[in-house]
Amino acid sequence: MRVIGLDSGSTTTKGVLFEDGNLTSKKLVLTLGDPKKAAEKVFTELGRQENTYVVSTGYGRRLLAADKVVTEITCHAKGATFLNKNIQYIIDIGGQDSKVIRVDHLNKVADFKMNDKCAAGTGRFVEVLMQTLDEDLMRIDEFISKAKPIKINSMCTVFAESEVISLIGEGAKKEDIALGVLHSIASRISNQLRQINPTEGSIFFSGGLSHIKTLTELISMNIKMPVYYDQEFSQYAGAIGAARIGLQNSE
Amino acid sequence: MRIKTELPEIFEEFDEARRQGFIQVKQLKEKGVPVIGVYCTFMPEELIIAANAVQISLCSTSDETIATAEEDLPRNLCPLIKSSYGFAKTDKCPFFYFSDLVVGETTCDGKKKMYEYMEEFKPLYLMQLPNMKNSKAAFDLWKDEIVRFKEKLEAFLDVTITEKQIREAIHIKNLEREARKNFYGLGKINPTIIKGSEIFKVMYGVNYTFEKDSLIKKLNDTTKLILEQDSESIKPQFEGTPRILITGSPMGGVTEKVIRAVEENGGTIVGFENCTVAKAVERLVDEEKEDVYEALAEKYIDIGCACMSNNVSRFALLEKMIEEYEVDGILDMVLQSCHPYSVESLKVKRFCQEEKKVAYLYLETDYSTTDIEQINTRVAAFIEMLEE
Repeated sequence: MRVIGLDSGSTTTKGVLFEDGNLTSKKLVLTLGDPKKAAEKVFTELGRQENTYVVSTGYGRRLLAADKVVTEITCHAKGATFLNKNIQYIIDIGGQDSKVIRVDHLNKVADFKMNDKCAAGTGRFVEVLMQTLDEDLMRIDEFISKAKPIKINSMCTVFAESEVISLIGEGAKKEDIALGVLHSIASRISNQLRQINPTEGSIFFSGGLSHIKTLTELISMNIKMPVYYDQEFSQYAGAIGAARIGLQNSE
Repeated sequence: MRIKTELPEIFEEFDEARRQGFIQVKQLKEKGVPVIGVYCTFMPEELIIAANAVQISLCSTSDETIATAEEDLPRNLCPLIKSSYGFAKTDKCPFFYFSDLVVGETTCDGKKKMYEYMEEFKPLYLMQLPNMKNSKAAFDLWKDEIVRFKEKLEAFLDVTITEKQIREAIHIKNLEREARKNFYGLGKINPTIIKGSEIFKVMYGVNYTFEKDSLIKKLNDTTKLILEQDSESIKPQFEGTPRILITGSPMGGVTEKVIRAVEENGGTIVGFENCTVAKAVERLVDEEKEDVYEALAEKYIDIGCACMSNNVSRFALLEKMIEEYEVDGILDMVLQSCHPYSVESLKVKRFCQEEKKVAYLYLETDYSTTDIEQINTRVAAFIEMLEE
C-alpha cells in the first residue's frame, strides 16, 4: 500500500511517501508560484503510481489531483502528534499564514486560531525584512548570535519594512534589527497561542521558520513551555499528517 | 400563470422579490405612500405602519460604493457603514432614492458619526438609543425617544397617529414575527430538512414584500410547503453533517460567501442568531400592556446588539438557540473594524467553549471577495474538527 501526503504551501511544496505504513521517502521543492508544477515534481520524485493513494493539503490543495483533500489544520495536528506523541500544542508559521492548534488527549484538533488575513505574523514578514537587510534567512542564527534586539513596532509587513529602512538610515546594526524582527514575530505568535488557552504541556513547532533556533528559544521563553522541533521532519508535519489520514482512509 | 410548487423555485421567488423590490417601491410612491428608509432593526416599525407609511431597509451590503465612501470616511472603518454611506452619496440605492425620510439610531460609534455627514444631503432623523438595557434611566430615555419619533412622523407626514393604530400595528408586526419564527425555526428540525442558505434567502428576500398581509401569507405558505415535502429524500444529504449556528455582525450580499463556505465544505447551517434573521424577531411586543410606548420600548431595547453594554440579551438568545437547534458549533462572523462585535467575540467564545461546551470559530471578513480561500480554509478546518 503506497500513500502520498502532499502539502502544497505558498513557498514550498512538501511530499512524503508511506509504504506499508512506514515513512520511506520525503521531498521538498520550492513552489515558485506554480503549485501544480511543484506538486508534479514531488510526485515524480516520490514515485506516484496508479494505485498510490494521495491526500493533499496546504493552500494549493484543491488544484491537485488527489483522492482526498484535507485542510492544513487537521493535517498538522495528525502529523505533529505522529512525530511527537507528547505534544498538546502546535505552532506553524508558514509563508502565507500562521496557525496555532490545540490537540486533545486523542490527538484530535480541539481548537485552532489562524492569523488575520494579512502577512503580519507569517513567514513572509521575516522573509521580506531579511531581504530588506540583504541577509540570508537560512543563516539567520549565525548572523544574530551576538546581536542586541531593537524593537520593531509595526506589525504590518509593509510598515515594518519602512521602519527597518529608517533604522538602517539611523545607523542601527543590521544584526540588531534582524533579532528585533525575530522578537516581534515570536511575541506575535505567542499571543496567538494564548488565544487558545494553553495551560501546560509542550509545543510542536513546524513550518519553514521552525529551523531558526533563536526563534524556537524566544517562543519557549515567551510561553514558558518547552518547544519541540524536529530537525529532519518539522517542515513535513502537514504532509505526514495528510499521509496518515490517507492511511486511515485507504484501509 | 403556472403556480410554482417546487421548493428551489419558491426560494428563487424570494430572491426575485428582492431584485424587484425597487419597482414595488416606485409603485408605492406613485400611489402617494410615504417611504421611510432605515438601516437597523432597532427601528420601531409599528409607528411607521401606524402612520400608513412603509418602512424599507436601505442598501448596505455591497463593496460597489465603498471607494466613493472612502472619499469622506476613514478607510479602516466597518464596510457596512462605508457601503451604506456610499450608496446614499452616489444615489445608487433605489430605496434610498425613494425614501422621504431616513431614520438612523445611535447604535455603534461609526454609524452615528456617519449619519452626521449623511444628513448633509438627505432628510435624516436620528433616534438616541441608550447603550444599556437594565436601567430605569436608559429605559425612560428610549421610551421618550419612541414618543418623540412618533411626533416627528406626525409632523413630517402631516398625519395623526392614534393609539388604536399603534395597537393594530403591534398586532400585525407580532403576526409577522410569528411567521418569521415559524419559518426560520424549521432549522431546529434534526435531521435537517432545509439548508441555511435557503432560510437566509427567504428571510432576506421577504423584507422586500412591503404589504404585511401578503408577507405573512407568503412565509406561512412556504413553511407549510417545506413541512409537507418528502423529508426522507432530503435527509441523506445532511446526515452526520455538523450543525452550525451563525452569530455576529449583520450579514447579507457579499458576506453570504460565509454561508456558501460552510455548505460547500460539508457543514449545515441550522440558524442565524444575527440581526438579519432572529435577533430582532424572537421577542414579541406585549399586546396587553396599557402603555403602548412602554410595550414598544421593552421589546426594542431588548435586541441583543453588541452596541449594548452589557449585552445580556445576546447571550440569552444564543443559549436558547444552541439548545433548541442542537448546535455543534458557533460561527461568529465579524465585519472588519466592527468594534462592538469584535471586542465582544471573546465573551462569546468563552460562553460557547466553557459554559455551553460547543465549538467556536471567529471569522473576520469584509465586503471583498479576495479572502474566499482563507475563509474556506478556516471553515473547512472547523468542520473537520467537528466531524472527527
